[in-house]
Amino acid sequence: MKTMKTDPTRNIRIAGLGGMGILTSSQVLAEVLFEAGYDVKKAEVHGMAQRGGSVASDIRFGRHILSPMIPDGETDFLLILASEEIEMHRPALRPGGVLIDARAFDAAALPNRKSLNIAMLGALSRHLDIPVDAWHRAIRAAFPEKLRDLNVQAFETGRNLPKPGDTL
Amino acid sequence: MSHRQLLSGNEAVALGALHVGCARGTGYPGTPSTEILERFDELGGEAEWAPNEKVAAEVALGVAFAGVRAMVTMKHVGLNVAADVLFTSAYSGVQGALVFVVADDPGLASSQDEQDTRRYGIAAGVPIIEPADSQEAYDYTRLAFTVSARWKTPVILRLTTRVSHTAAMVQPCDAAETPPRPHFVRDIPGRVMIPGHARIKHRALRSKLAEIQKWNETEGPNRILPGAAAVGIVTCGVASQYAREAAPEATVLKLGMTYPLPFQTILGFLKDKAKRFVIEENDPFLVEQIRAAGGDVPWNPEAFRMGELNVARVKRILTHDASPEPVAPRGKPPCLCPGCPHAYVFEILKKHDCIVAGDIGCYTLAALPPLSAMDSQICMGASIGVGLGLRHVLPEAEARRVVSVIGDSTFLHSGLTGVAEMVWNPPPFGHVLIVLDNQTTAMTGQQENPATGRRLDHTPSPRIRIEEVIAAMGVKNVLTLNPVRQAVELDAALVKALQTNELTAIVARQPCLLAARQIRAAEQPSCVACGTGAGG
Ligand SMILES: Cc1ncc(C[n+]2csc(CCOP(=O)(O)OP(=O)(O)O)c2C)c(N)n1
Ligand code: SF4
Repeated sequence: MKTMKTDPTRNIRIAGLGGMGILTSSQVLAEVLFEAGYDVKKAEVHGMAQRGGSVASDIRFGRHILSPMIPDGETDFLLILASEEIEMHRPALRPGGVLIDARAFDAAALPNRKSLNIAMLGALSRHLDIPVDAWHRAIRAAFPEKLRDLNVQAFETGRNLPKPGDTL
Repeated sequence: MSHRQLLSGNEAVALGALHVGCARGTGYPGTPSTEILERFDELGGEAEWAPNEKVAAEVALGVAFAGVRAMVTMKHVGLNVAADVLFTSAYSGVQGALVFVVADDPGLASSQDEQDTRRYGIAAGVPIIEPADSQEAYDYTRLAFTVSARWKTPVILRLTTRVSHTAAMVQPCDAAETPPRPHFVRDIPGRVMIPGHARIKHRALRSKLAEIQKWNETEGPNRILPGAAAVGIVTCGVASQYAREAAPEATVLKLGMTYPLPFQTILGFLKDKAKRFVIEENDPFLVEQIRAAGGDVPWNPEAFRMGELNVARVKRILTHDASPEPVAPRGKPPCLCPGCPHAYVFEILKKHDCIVAGDIGCYTLAALPPLSAMDSQICMGASIGVGLGLRHVLPEAEARRVVSVIGDSTFLHSGLTGVAEMVWNPPPFGHVLIVLDNQTTAMTGQQENPATGRRLDHTPSPRIRIEEVIAAMGVKNVLTLNPVRQAVELDAALVKALQTNELTAIVARQPCLLAARQIRAAEQPSCVACGTGAGG
């Protein structure tokens, strides 16, 4: 059995609008962290997610996680896929927390517009101590055959971005 | 040894049910409960969507009468529909096991009310078990079946949105139970609830509950998490997670079975605590009962029975912070998908300034701007009765503008009796019913229903033809039109119907955009197989 990590809790929020793939990217992230040996909780509200409304997913990881939702002001990494959602989530960020904003991405550099969600994970991955092949594995597991290479490529684009995040 | 897995609470319930030998899962979709049966099916369990929660519960009860284990899943308001089954099945009891898995939605993420299912436990005399995370969702599902089988009583497993939809670690237990073989044992006095039998069964129910309460005191799923301080918190469900994070120093009594409560345990726990709190979501269900039993616990401010709790709100309760809570920023509300077939119908209703008695589904979004074209939405099926009531009493000019609008899944859930009423007691100026048939249950994520021609797992099934049913029930004018391609005809048909004193039903049929591909894919093979085309 693998050993469990004992780090203090860290918090990541992925936010945007329905249809942007937030639930897929948060699933990949949660699996990667879980495989790395953290206790993980991933909280999201389903329901109307497909109809263009606001969607956010909270991922908390560490030694032992209690509340599924991140308390305000304790988010370490905030990934925003739709810029109009930034203000709503800004109070969630802790002082010194990292904001990763989709606007930092050159859409043309992505293999496909729909893969922004995974490219954002690439940018996030630079801040986390997780081997790159673990990310690739989780991404491949989350997509059907024909979308796998494309999403791994999107992840790499994000990971190699010159400006992975703006610190607030 | 089974692997640890990352599972949502709903997935954990499905796995627990599988491992405990649940022979059949039934239910009706409803956020946040929907994924339980879908997962149970994927795992190889026998799962079905029923037309509504009442029927689902009756089927599950029949399974349990046959001596095996059944679960029925629904959202909180679904239990209102199935309540008749709940109350009297508590009297009859079961032969195998019967678990009502009911998911509450504090904070109204996707519901029409914030009701607290635990009230049903007291009202019906049915034990309630409340998990706090995915591990407990797995463990307590197994426990719920065990309690049900041991005392031959239905049990409610109460989930909430955050338990259902949070993914967390689950270590499954290896001991899979071998389900008993189904077998009918006649028990007329036990299952035919005529007054003479029911009087006896009511007494039997009360003594069962007394036994279960005794068991809950000593062996129930309740834990004391020791702390240093003299602060004692009694809590249950996901609220216990917030309480432990908000007050890591407090001593916590976490209750897993919240009806019938282990009062001795609770009162004993409270005795030496200088400060006492009860942290629970929704109604003050524990507070009321503990106070009635003589426990000195405070009421929390009324504000905290509304909305969901979180760590910050629990800190407020614990520090008696009565300052106004910050208003949570509202996100962008959902809207009908661009090109949604429902929108075409509501454009027409709006154009004619119709008074729309609406119903629940994706189409309820038509009540919001820019369409603002729905005037009421109460509960599933209400569109027809409410529309008829308006038509009965409004002055003619207004009565003639009233239209009832209902989705296909909602129609088969609880619209049929509305049509019976419409035919039986027609208003003086007739009535107009529009069934928005997008050939799926879109709102909850495109589940099948009795009119789609496919079962839960999307395999073919017999299909109910909505227009034929309505015509057979006696509605005079029944038309089927495509709202996208025949918008002009639909407009004309509506105008004509509003002018007559007759009953008219228009089935507006065009697939939901998100389900269209799935519908085509499912229909393709049968076209090849039978050569006739499965569409119609
Ligand atoms: C008693 C009850 N059960 C379940 C639900 C959840 N729910 C709301 S609407 C709906 C069905 C919607 O399907 P349909 O009428 O076909 O409309 P669509 O969403 O496809 O437009 C469901 C399952 C509910 N609100 N009340
Ligand atoms: S999911 Fe389907 S029914 Fe719902 S808004 Fe979108 S197109 Fe319309």
